[in-house]
Amino acid sequence: MKHTRYAIVRRVGVLLLAAASLALLMGAGESQEARVDYLGHQMMCVCGCNEILLECNHVGCTYSSREIDELKQMVAHGDSDKVIYAAFVKEYGPTVLAAPTTTGFNIVAWIMPFVVFGAGLAIVVFVVRTWKRRIAPRPVAGITEAPPEKLGEFRDRARKDTEL
Amino acid sequence: MPQIGSFTLLLALVLSAYAFLVGIIAIVRKDDRLGETARRAGIAVWIAVTASATALVISAFRNDFSLAYILEHSNRALPLPYKFAALWSGQEGSLLFWCWLLATYGFILRLRHKVDTRLVAHASVIMSGVQIFFLLLVNFAAHPFAMTVGAIPPDGNGLNPLLQYPEMVIHPPMLYLGYVGMTVPFAFALAALIMKYPGEKWIHITRRWTMVGWAFLTCGIFLGSYWAYKVLGWGGWWGWDPVENASLLPWLTGTAFLHSVMMQEKRGMMKTWNMWLIFSTFLLSILGTFLTRSGVVSSVHAFAQSGIGVWFVWFLAITFATCVFFYVKNKDHLRSEHQLESLISRESSFLFNNVLLLVSAFAILWGTLFPVLSEWVQGHKITVGPPFFNKVNIPIALCLLLLTAVGPLLAWRRTSTESLKRNFLIPAILALVTAVVLTFGGMKPWADIANFYALVAISLSVLVAATVFSEFWRGGRVIARHNNTNVFAGMVQLTRRNTRRYGGYIVHIGVIIVIIGFAGSAFYQSKEKEMGFGDKMQIGPYTLVCRSYTQDDNPNYRSETAMLDIYKNGKKIDTMYPQRRVYKASEQPATIVANRSTIEEDLYLVYTGVNPDTGNPIIRAHLNPLVWWIWAGAHILVIGTIIALFPNMQASKQALSEKERARALAAAGRTGSTAGAD
Repeated sequence: MKHTRYAIVRRVGVLLLAAASLALLMGAGESQEARVDYLGHQMMCVCGCNEILLECNHVGCTYSSREIDELKQMVAHGDSDKVIYAAFVKEYGPTVLAAPTTTGFNIVAWIMPFVVFGAGLAIVVFVVRTWKRRIAPRPVAGITEAPPEKLGEFRDRARKDTEL
Repeated sequence: MPQIGSFTLLLALVLSAYAFLVGIIAIVRKDDRLGETARRAGIAVWIAVTASATALVISAFRNDFSLAYILEHSNRALPLPYKFAALWSGQEGSLLFWCWLLATYGFILRLRHKVDTRLVAHASVIMSGVQIFFLLLVNFAAHPFAMTVGAIPPDGNGLNPLLQYPEMVIHPPMLYLGYVGMTVPFAFALAALIMKYPGEKWIHITRRWTMVGWAFLTCGIFLGSYWAYKVLGWGGWWGWDPVENASLLPWLTGTAFLHSVMMQEKRGMMKTWNMWLIFSTFLLSILGTFLTRSGVVSSVHAFAQSGIGVWFVWFLAITFATCVFFYVKNKDHLRSEHQLESLISRESSFLFNNVLLLVSAFAILWGTLFPVLSEWVQGHKITVGPPFFNKVNIPIALCLLLLTAVGPLLAWRRTSTESLKRNFLIPAILALVTAVVLTFGGMKPWADIANFYALVAISLSVLVAATVFSEFWRGGRVIARHNNTNVFAGMVQLTRRNTRRYGGYIVHIGVIIVIIGFAGSAFYQSKEKEMGFGDKMQIGPYTLVCRSYTQDDNPNYRSETAMLDIYKNGKKIDTMYPQRRVYKASEQPATIVANRSTIEEDLYLVYTGVNPDTGNPIIRAHLNPLVWWIWAGAHILVIGTIIALFPNMQASKQALSEKERARALAAAGRTGSTAGAD
């Protein structure tokens, strides 16, 4: 029985591995065009339009054309993303990158939203738990039927609580 | 005209100052007659600002280039609707337009003072305070009636070509209606805090006004997005530009308020939180205006950068200090009546919803301001663009989507896990089935993070749709059984009985349709090619064939147009005309996008330019899947908000019968008195 279960787990493992390899192989065939498209969306046009490099809508923009040509050449040359980014920063300055890097002070840009997110969640959980603890359980000392004049009030309360 | 405009602007400032100061004196002295003069002065402000705005529009119609503003933003050949739109196309005019909208809101508020005279008197003073600030700006910092220096040129510089589109005629008014509209709930909230308003009436009024402002802001944001898509020619609809971000900030906090306010109305909870949410919404709408007009952050919207930033900083500081002062003074008034009882409850879902919305707002503000911070700390600016905002905000949006699905299934106070499982099972199965079908349908979530997000977004959207539909279905069935009608009639009845709840659900449906549209962007394609006569380009299932290209000339612009036949599966389905214009007054080029929108995808063609060697046009084609869904979702979202603004059927019937009873009693009283007299 144990042996059979082990075999099943092994087969599932092999299948998962095969699927992962297939997925990797599918990704490996990434074309140069796709890489240019990806990298071109990680950089800015420096003509002053504040647009993503591949989305610069300036008719006949000479800056974006030059940048795109350079990017295509570097991708064709087989340069890594890191090398391409460094070359662009060297030539056009740090504003050419469309997002902060994850080094030095720039990493603060990435961390802060998640810190605030974590802090917000922690505060909510803390507040809910504190409030829950404050509500003392009341012993049920026998339920008495509500007087008729109170029923209307209860109905209103129920209506208020159940509708949005 | 300039003299009339200048004089009425100054008059409006004096009247606002009167409404503000005398309004305060009347409140302190409890002098109703004096208060009435302040109210009437507030109404007169609207008349004065209307006269001033009209003077500017007439000046534009008359091509009065003696006014610097008209010289810079209009020209003789400009079509009439755009001359009208010139009112909000530049810094000075748009501030005057802001003043006019604020005065209009104030006018409505003061006309409806019988809702609660004391509360409205307080709110009116606060509105006047805000009005004074904007009138000071247009009178002394950005005067729309400033005269042209030197000789008056025969023609104006013309309107920015990017603004010469029908969408641009309605987008700014909508956005401004939203921004300015947030002043009204702020005024009511601060008024209620100042006067320690007893009861919950103020929160009902504040919620309704917030919904009005929120609806306009939503329209403005989507119209702006539509304009960017149709006009800017980059194939996208959201660029995370500081101006766009600025509009999103009050929208997010306003959305948070519209959710958490329910906790105050139902359970008397979160009063402080709600008060600060509404304060933040107003402050963020002013901060957004400051960011986009002061030049603190660089933006695609080169519109209106000047030295008025310091005015906004002072105004923000004074407003914030006022809020803090009255909060500290009267915070006891905001004590919660109840407390949270369980993590699995409607209340806690609203809390988490608020956290997510506020974190998203923080992330957007943080990203928008980080270049300034970086310059300060590192000595150089960096860019914080779409890759940052997408990476940070998409996970938050997905969490929000999950909450949107779960929230309606939770009961107030506490929900048993059993009931949650029972209600959640079928929607969860549907969402899972969707994910599996999409994966096998070729969505490949492992290939790219964008694909993964798209898959999760669509699956969660199905989850939300299923929970919302089950809510409608269950309620509709009960009513149908009771009234002996069909279930759809029951659903309509259900919505009419509780417009706010079911209108809210319709808004959620709108949101998920928009999100499905967003998810489509993971699968966009684009190509660029020089297209001579008979040349072909293949993009997705479409084949583009260049039939011809032509040129045209009119008094306003010169244009070049390509005529492209579109084939799908070998069959001609359309002819499209992407165009490039050069506006004569400004000699600025602009693209006129040709877009063929279907429920599946948009074929979006841009005339990017001409090859100088061959004279052939260069066409960029984008295939943008599911964009139609964004605009359809936006419509549903607005319809849902309008439904939620309507009073409930039973409540309105009750109000009507109470009115009838009052009328009958009054009639009976009259008869009685007549009889007595007889």
